[in-house]
This record gives sequence, C-alpha cells and structure tokens, in this order.
Amino acid sequence: MYETLILVLDSTVRLSTPLLFACLAGLYSERSGVVDIGLEGKMLGGAFAAGAAAYVSGSPWIGLAAAILVSCLLALIHGYASITQRGNQVVAGVAINFLAAGLTILLGQAWFGQGGRTPQLDKASRFSEVTLPFADSIQDVPYIGLLYSELISGHNALVYISFLAVPLTWWIIFRTRFGLRLRAVGESPAAVDTAGISVGWLRYRAVLICGILCGFSGTYLAIGQSAGFIKDMSAGKGFIALAALIFAKWKPVNAMYACLLFGFLDAVAIRMQGQEIPGIGEVPVQIFQALPYILTVVLLAGFVGRAIPPKASGIPYVKERT
Amino acid sequence: MTKQGQLPRWVDYGLLPALNLIAAFIVSGLVVVVIGEDPFEAVKWIVYGALGYGEGVGFTLFYATNFIFTGLAVAVAFHAGLFNIGGEGQAYVGGLGIALACLALDAYMPWYVTMIFAVLGGALFGAAWAFIPAWLQAKRGSHIVITTIMFNFIASSLMVYLLANLLIPQGSMQPSTRNFDVGGQLPLLRNMWPTLDLGQSPVNLAFFIALVACVVVWLLIWRTKLGFEIRSFGANPTAAQYAGISPVRIIVVTMLISGALAGLMGMNEVMGSQSKLLLDFTAGYGFVGIAVALMGRGHPIGIILASMLFGLLYQGGAELAFEIPTISREMIVVIQALVILFAGALEHMFRPAVESFFAKISQTKQAEGAA
Repeated sequence: MYETLILVLDSTVRLSTPLLFACLAGLYSERSGVVDIGLEGKMLGGAFAAGAAAYVSGSPWIGLAAAILVSCLLALIHGYASITQRGNQVVAGVAINFLAAGLTILLGQAWFGQGGRTPQLDKASRFSEVTLPFADSIQDVPYIGLLYSELISGHNALVYISFLAVPLTWWIIFRTRFGLRLRAVGESPAAVDTAGISVGWLRYRAVLICGILCGFSGTYLAIGQSAGFIKDMSAGKGFIALAALIFAKWKPVNAMYACLLFGFLDAVAIRMQGQEIPGIGEVPVQIFQALPYILTVVLLAGFVGRAIPPKASGIPYVKERT
Repeated sequence: MTKQGQLPRWVDYGLLPALNLIAAFIVSGLVVVVIGEDPFEAVKWIVYGALGYGEGVGFTLFYATNFIFTGLAVAVAFHAGLFNIGGEGQAYVGGLGIALACLALDAYMPWYVTMIFAVLGGALFGAAWAFIPAWLQAKRGSHIVITTIMFNFIASSLMVYLLANLLIPQGSMQPSTRNFDVGGQLPLLRNMWPTLDLGQSPVNLAFFIALVACVVVWLLIWRTKLGFEIRSFGANPTAAQYAGISPVRIIVVTMLISGALAGLMGMNEVMGSQSKLLLDFTAGYGFVGIAVALMGRGHPIGIILASMLFGLLYQGGAELAFEIPTISREMIVVIQALVILFAGALEHMFRPAVESFFAKISQTKQAEGAA
C-alpha cells in the first residue's frame, strides 16, 4: 500500500512538471495583463525544437536552447500582435496554437519523414535521471528509504528546475521591483505609464519569460519524459496549465499545488485504468481526465472561492486618446 | 469626400481583409519554400484538387458545409462581443443529439421526418452545451473563453465515455454507434442529381440546411429586434444596458443560438456522410469556424465565401499531400493559423499605411480642386 502510494506520487511529480513550467509561464504573462491561450502552442513548438535539435546535436542542452528559442519566437508573435498591434489576445493565442500544431508536423514530416515525429533519441541526447546522494545507500531504510530514493531522487534535472522555479517566481513577483511593476501593469497600466515606465517593454519582458518557461515545458515533454517528439504530444496540457493557473488564482505557490493536484488526477487515472474500487466498481477513466476542467469551471463559477484575474488582463493598453 | 482616418467602405470591407489574406498566403508560401518545394506548384495542386474535377468540387462543398455551421456559430457570438471557442465541443455534443434522433427513428421513419428531429436534437444538444458557460458568464462573470475551452475538453471525455460504454453496439471494438438505416441518412447530392458530376463525394442535403441557416442568421441579426439588441450589446454593453437591454438575457440567448448552430454541424458529418457517430468526428472543424468567422467579418455572405475557401484548402490540401508527399496535410492547419493571425489578431496592421495612403490621395485631389 505504502509502495503504491509512493509510486503514484512519483508519477504525480513527473506528470506535474510540464504543467508547472507552463503554469508559471502563463503566470508571468497574465500578471502583466496579456492573456495567454497559446501556452499549448508554445509548449508544442518547444517540444518539437527540443526533439529535433537534440537529435541533430546529440546534446539535451542544445535541445533545451532550441526549444526556448522557438517558444520565445512564438511568444514574440503573440506579443507583437497583442502589445504592439493591440490585437485580440485570445485570437492571437488561438493562432499560435494552430501554428505550432501545423508547423511541427509539417516540418517534422519534411525533415525527418517519420509521419511528423522526430527520430528516437539515444540516452546521451536526453535528460537522464539524476540520482541524489545516498539514494542507493538508504534505499532499504523503511519508509524514508523508499520516499527518498523513489519520490525525491531519480528524476531528471528539469523536474528539479521546475520546482525551484516556484520560489524563484514568488521572489521575482513579490519581492523585486520588476515584479511589483509587473503586477502593477496587469492591474493598472495607466498608473505604471504615468510613473514613466514603459508598459509595452514590461509586457514584452513578461511575454518573453513566458516563452522561456514554455520552452522548458516542451523540452521536458520531448526529451525528458519521452525519447523524441511525437505529433500533438502536448495533448491539451497547455490548457490544463491554464486551468491550473486560474485554479491557483494567479499565485506561484498555489500554482504548484494546483499542478500537483492535476498531475495527481492524471496519475490516478493511469493507475485506475481497468481497476475496480471496492464498493463502487470500475470508475470510468474519463472522469479523472475531465476532473481538472470541471474543478476549474466550478472555481470560476465562484461557488468555491473566487478566481479574479488581474484587472487589465486581455485589454490592450492605449496610451493616448486619438 | 473622406475625412482623415476614415476609409471608404470598399476599403474597409474589401481591400483591408484582402491585404490580410494575401499576407497570410505569402507567409504560407514562404513555409513551402522553407520545406524546399515550389509554392506555385503547391497552389496549382490545391486548386486542381479542389476544383479541377467533379469529385473534388463535391468534397470542397462538403467541407465548406461544416465550416458554414461553425463559422456562423462563432460569428453570432462575436456580434454580442462574446468569443465562443467552444464550437468544437458544442458540435461534438450536438452530433450526439443528431445521432440519438437517427438511432431512435431510422427504422420507422423516412429520412425527411428523421431530419426534422435530428435538426432539433443537434440544435438542442449544442445549445445545452453552450448554456452553462453562457449562464456562468452572464450571472457569475466567469470568462466565457476559458469556460468554453474547458467545456471542449469535458465534452471530449464525456463522448469517449458514452461511445465506448453506452452507445457501442455489442461485440464491436470500435467506439462508435451502429450504422443508421436509410431512414437516418440524408440524401447525397450525387444521388439526387445523378447528372451532376460529383464523383464519390459525400456532399449532401446538409449543404442546403447550412445555406438556410445563413439566411436565418442574416434575418436574425439584421432584421429582428433581438438581433438589434445583440449587436447593440456587442458594440457597447454599458449603453445597451442603459437602453434597457438585459445583459443576462442577451448573453444566454446569443450563446444558445451559437451553440445550436455549432451543434448542427453533425447534420453534415453524422447524418449526411458517416451515418454513425464516430469518435472525434468534429476533427477540429469547430476551430476552423473561428478563422471563417474572422475572415467573413461576421456576415453570412462573408462566411459562405470564407467557408468555400477553407473547403477548397481542406480538399486541395489532401490532393497536395498526395502529389507532393513532403508537404503533409497539416499545411492547411498552418494556413488556417496564419489566416487567424493576420485576419484576426493583426487585423489593423495594414490600416495606418492604407489610411495615410488614402489621406494623401484625397489631399492631392483637394489641391487639384483648389487649383
């Protein structure tokens, strides 16, 4: 029983990681007042770049760099449309998602000819598992041994980076000048502008950080969790991350809990497949798959706590009346 | 005489959208160049595949039918200032309503009786799926973009469950309903008019249902009190409310109409072509509706034209992928993305340049007039 629990929690951590990166990515963007429906697309674009670059170069780090580059390019398109051109941010996000969904398969097929996937990677060009010190030696200690060696140790570097990004994000958002301005620009851009700070430049920086983090997320999917890019491999995770962001009420630490919760639901769904719960019978897997979305809708409805987005999110900033 | 910053109508409704579209196509062409193929060759195959022979034309019309329904759905919501991204889910659940009507009646009724119930079922189920997001937006202020996205995913899970557990015929391995009898099938145009050369294409009576829907939407939006209220609310919610228009009523009613229109897409796919309810039969057509509505500027005529263009791309894209294997079918998704980007998010990109151009022309005219 204890072992099962540890195993489920272990896969929870693995499944939460891509969500967490994307969720924090969305946090920066939305806190600055730019609604980002395009997390999914940036994740997917990043995953493809990571898979392709890691295959060509043989290095996971070059894969990561490529993923960040591509994801940031997509983020800049989003930024140009929604900040400079003051276009509809939701429409821009939708466009990014389709662009990534189409281009990854199109280029994948043209370059590698494997039906849109990138070639299988060997171990050296992926992020492999890191064994923390003493993990092997205390493995046999009851309870703690398994907890340490299975749950805490034995993940790849990106997993640890994602969880470190949580306190870092908290610190940036709530303890630095940049963070204060970022929050301000999402609530009242006019006030920030009056203080002589460029609204556009702040938002562009937020959108770029969002791109970087989505690049990490995509890298994890393609060369952390799997051995290459598979078409549509983000499979709605960008939207779950968006749901988690709302669930977390746009706060970094809450975001981690929300992602862990949604990751846990996913892990349970995989585990429960075809198994019966005593007294209830077989629970359809689809319930677990739909649960993150249902929970988010319930929260959005304001029946259990209220999720209030940054005040200026989704509204392009117009400096002067014309 | 045009004032500074104002453009003639033909520029606003003709030239600017055309420029946006051309930009989208140029970038698409560049993508083809990056792949290492000739973009003009690609265009040739797309046009040939879609219009070069009867069957291609039939398929183009068949795809266009789907897009008319989903495009109208998005457009109606746009008129009230609402962004309904949930067309995909509403079409999916609407397909369930259509399938249930067909399953119940196909053995007893001729197709034209079943069709009436199927239309009602599809509209009802689609509208029902739009109702909760609409109500939450109207009453609780939950953002409709997010809730409709969530409902797409919930619909997907729900339909997998229903198809794999409840609707699947006994002993079958494929998660779909049984095949409908003749009483649950819309007539194919190729059987209605055998003289028309439509090959084996599945274009069917739903095409005309879609055209009827266009007329109904036009009447509704521009010729009824409700339509006026919807447009007023979309243009300025505060002013509309001040004029006595209830926001709750407009949001809910508009979304119900929008969901119903999306739900009717199944008439073409479920009752018209496949004669059964398949997993993921919507295949992203709900999202194409966004591009179609943006390009068609929310007007039924524009939506028909945009749907035809996307129908052409979908059918021609299949031909293209067949003739030039390095360009896969996803080329269409890329074009669709670029159309959404340029016609939607970057809608005003060319505006300043065009405005100053026309301002210059009118200035020279004025100068000539003075001289």
